[in-house]
Amino acid sequence: MATSTRFGARQTTVRRTAARRTTAESPALTRTQELWLFACAALTLLPDAEHAPVWLSVAFGAALAWRIALWWRRAALPSRWLLAFLVAAGSVGIFLTYRQFFGKDPGIALLILFLALKLLEMRRVRDGLAVIFLCYFLLLTHFLNAQGIGVAGFTLAALVLVTAALASLGHSGRRATEHLRLAALMLAQATPFMLVLFLLFPRVQGPLWGMPADAYSGMSGLSDSMSPGSISKLSLSSEIAFRVKFEGDIPPKPALYWRGPVLSHYDGNTWRAGTRERKVSLQDTAPEQAFRYAVTLEPHNKHWLFALEMPVTLPPDAILLQDYQLLSKTPVRSRIRYEMQSRIDFRTGAEESTASLQRYLNLPANNPRTRALAAQWRRELATDEAVIRRMLDYFRQERFFYTLNPPLLDENGIDQFLFETRRGFCEHFASAFVFTMRAAGVPARIVTGYQGGEQNPVDGYLIVRQSDAHAWAEAWLGDRGWVRIDPTAAIAPSRIEAGLASAMPAGEPLPFLVRADLSWLRAIRFRWEAVSNTWNQWVLGYDPQRQREMLSRLGMHDPDWKAMTAVMATLCGFLLLGLTFWALHKRIRIDPTLRAWNRLSRKLARIDLARRAWEGPTDYAQRVAHAHPELSQSMETIAALYIALRYGKLDGKAELQRLRELITNLEIIAAQ
Amino acid sequence: MSLLSSLSTDCSIRLKSYPPTPMPTSPLHAAIHHAGRIVLGKEHQIRLALACLLARGHLLIEDLPGVGKTILAHVLARLLGLNFHRIQCTADMLPADIIGVSIYDRNSGSFQFHPGPIFAQVILVDEINRATPKSQSALLEAMEEHQVTCEGETRPLPEPFFVIATQNPYHQIGTFPLPESQLDRFLMRIEMGYPDQAAERELLAGADRRDMVASLNPCMEPGELIELQRAVREVHAAEALIAYVQALAEYTRRSPEYEAGLSPRAALALLRAARAWALIDRRDLVLPEDIQAVLPAVAGHRLHAASGAPNASSADIAATLIAAVPLP
Repeated sequence: MATSTRFGARQTTVRRTAARRTTAESPALTRTQELWLFACAALTLLPDAEHAPVWLSVAFGAALAWRIALWWRRAALPSRWLLAFLVAAGSVGIFLTYRQFFGKDPGIALLILFLALKLLEMRRVRDGLAVIFLCYFLLLTHFLNAQGIGVAGFTLAALVLVTAALASLGHSGRRATEHLRLAALMLAQATPFMLVLFLLFPRVQGPLWGMPADAYSGMSGLSDSMSPGSISKLSLSSEIAFRVKFEGDIPPKPALYWRGPVLSHYDGNTWRAGTRERKVSLQDTAPEQAFRYAVTLEPHNKHWLFALEMPVTLPPDAILLQDYQLLSKTPVRSRIRYEMQSRIDFRTGAEESTASLQRYLNLPANNPRTRALAAQWRRELATDEAVIRRMLDYFRQERFFYTLNPPLLDENGIDQFLFETRRGFCEHFASAFVFTMRAAGVPARIVTGYQGGEQNPVDGYLIVRQSDAHAWAEAWLGDRGWVRIDPTAAIAPSRIEAGLASAMPAGEPLPFLVRADLSWLRAIRFRWEAVSNTWNQWVLGYDPQRQREMLSRLGMHDPDWKAMTAVMATLCGFLLLGLTFWALHKRIRIDPTLRAWNRLSRKLARIDLARRAWEGPTDYAQRVAHAHPELSQSMETIAALYIALRYGKLDGKAELQRLRELITNLEIIAAQ
Repeated sequence: MSLLSSLSTDCSIRLKSYPPTPMPTSPLHAAIHHAGRIVLGKEHQIRLALACLLARGHLLIEDLPGVGKTILAHVLARLLGLNFHRIQCTADMLPADIIGVSIYDRNSGSFQFHPGPIFAQVILVDEINRATPKSQSALLEAMEEHQVTCEGETRPLPEPFFVIATQNPYHQIGTFPLPESQLDRFLMRIEMGYPDQAAERELLAGADRRDMVASLNPCMEPGELIELQRAVREVHAAEALIAYVQALAEYTRRSPEYEAGLSPRAALALLRAARAWALIDRRDLVLPEDIQAVLPAVAGHRLHAASGAPNASSADIAATLIAAVPLP
């Protein structure tokens, strides 16, 4: 063979560099790789700034800034002793903040601390990998705090970045866009598998893993007591309480009373819930006249389920109390969806016993002027209905004001409200009404909940916000049972007909998005809420029931877990096959000569003589011959044939066939 | 093989001199053989210089004085039967000192052109970085065009035309380093390096090199050399090999390790030099090994590590480049 090569200097350096790469424990990070890792850490922890303690966010920012300054100045990293001290100090800080190391928040805080300190001792690729995996894990923990579409979108973006950083650790000499493209491609390849698993993996009710107990602080909503100011405070929040999808028409707005906690015990300032007796039977007359709807309730960490007055069916796992409170058996800690039927022309409670009615007459011994007024009405008027009418007339005629900012009241608050200040929010009116009724001997109670709601024109859902919170009254009228009386409707009828904004005098502070003059903002808000509702309904709310619905639409009725597993495995198999074909298709296009040559390399890999990616044919043949002199003859022949076929002008099927045979027949005896 | 022994083999490869060709079978190999007996232990550099000449390129040697640059140029000129001129560059040199000047001749009553030292087949331009940019550019233009223009008249330079320029990489005070665009005019840049111990002993013990050069007989006619230069262009470069050149260039353009990637002209130069290298290796086809062999010399002065990276030698830059690009 005329190709005996004798190249000197350049081979040496190549080999030495290659040796340096594969030996040493783990290669040092390049400056670009370090930049990638800084970006990962910063982006990963961005949402944590909202949840983590302030000192930890500041500490992390400082550590990152310090590390970037060291990078900029090419200075040495801090010593291990200093880092050990920082670990100890940070851990003590976390313990002092949370008083423990276990649980969601202290756990996440510890991970954040470790990530910050890992950045400060990040020298080699191995350290970089640790940072990457910490980032992956911390990305996952974002979902422990929130699961909205925003968080998901952000996490996806961060996932692409972290994966790109991982790619940069593997191939240092590439551009940022190539890493990002590779990361996006890998995630895109993983997407079909994710979809299959998401849609078909057997669902469990509720979150897959138990949410730690401290995950439910800070949820707002109605509570089981009511004192002056509690509802008006809630009215300032434009957070969503629940969404309702009606199957047919939406009932008229004045009928939209969403019943929540019923309060019957008064201590002079605060109304509380009474005894909890379970109701046995439901009134289910003429269900065809009922409104059918599904409620998607935001978590509020209490038991109430809200339903349009009055429910005629019960959702599963719910109970109805004697006073028509609908309760879930477990606190509502995640967004739940339940289907309901209600009638707005109801008739209730004709069966109350005298003893139980007595409860609705108990009063503390304050507010003497109100008692006197009630006693006077009782004497003057014959029927309970007349007393109620008289009370409502009193509200209407005596210049009462409906306002979010009523003056403060002392212990005879109802006296003050009825005779002096005459300014109040719905809880003042309901409370004064029920007090007066009881003083006049009419059994009465307070019902809290929500009134009204706003239809989102984009997806048709009725959105009920915290600002729709309301309190009204119920009075017992003998054979008519419990009758809803809303004193607020007597003062400010527009509150019931058109919502809070129209009922408030100009200049009152209102929740930003309830104000009528920001209609363009509300239009955007409606769209955003429709999108996030779709996300809630179909991604977060994809529960066993939805899964069954979807599967039966696909023709699988009530599959058991075996069938599901089979379908899942089959689909994943097909996906893998598809990806394999795609990869093979790319491979098939390579030169058959090269394929034979690659086969030789794989064969020689058994004796640790795989061809290096950059190694030319004569170099390779010589290296093999040097290590295994018995192969030198055949290697020379093979290399010469390969060179002639691939780099020469030779192009023959017979020669290619011969090359293949030579490679197949090459006998390799593993050394020792 | 253990790491230690593999490293020592590598080193031995680096220091190994090419075994003396017992029976030079062609004039070309006879030239390499004879040159190797005068410029001791530098067969790789001799081959590179010859490849550069065969590829019709010019050569830049960057090294300290006294390592045999001049002898190499002289020996090549002598062995290939070419005439040889030397230009010693200084700061006060003018382009006319290189190209030549027209002087009024009283006898004939007209201007007579007196050709400068550039009119030779092999020119050694010593310490090119001592010349002013003006003289440098006159010289480099001549190298590029193979002709000079003097007082409106274009005169062709002799064929073959081969410039060996040297520059001293140290002692840069008072010099005009060649800008990148001018460096590109040189097909190759090589370093001579100190001879190894055996070669140096032989050198010290042997006869005077100048006498040896003077006693050399040409191995070929200039016509044969031009024929070989033509043969270089005929060396076959297969599609797979062109793909490799492309992959190398593409890598330097995409990778952030370099300030700027290899230009298409650099890729052409790489292929041209590799063809000449293959021819010297008695092949009529180019192998990836040929590309790898000439890469440090051809790409070393055209690639610069991105700012911030440690200052790497051209051999290191080429080695990392080779290791980073798999053969397509």
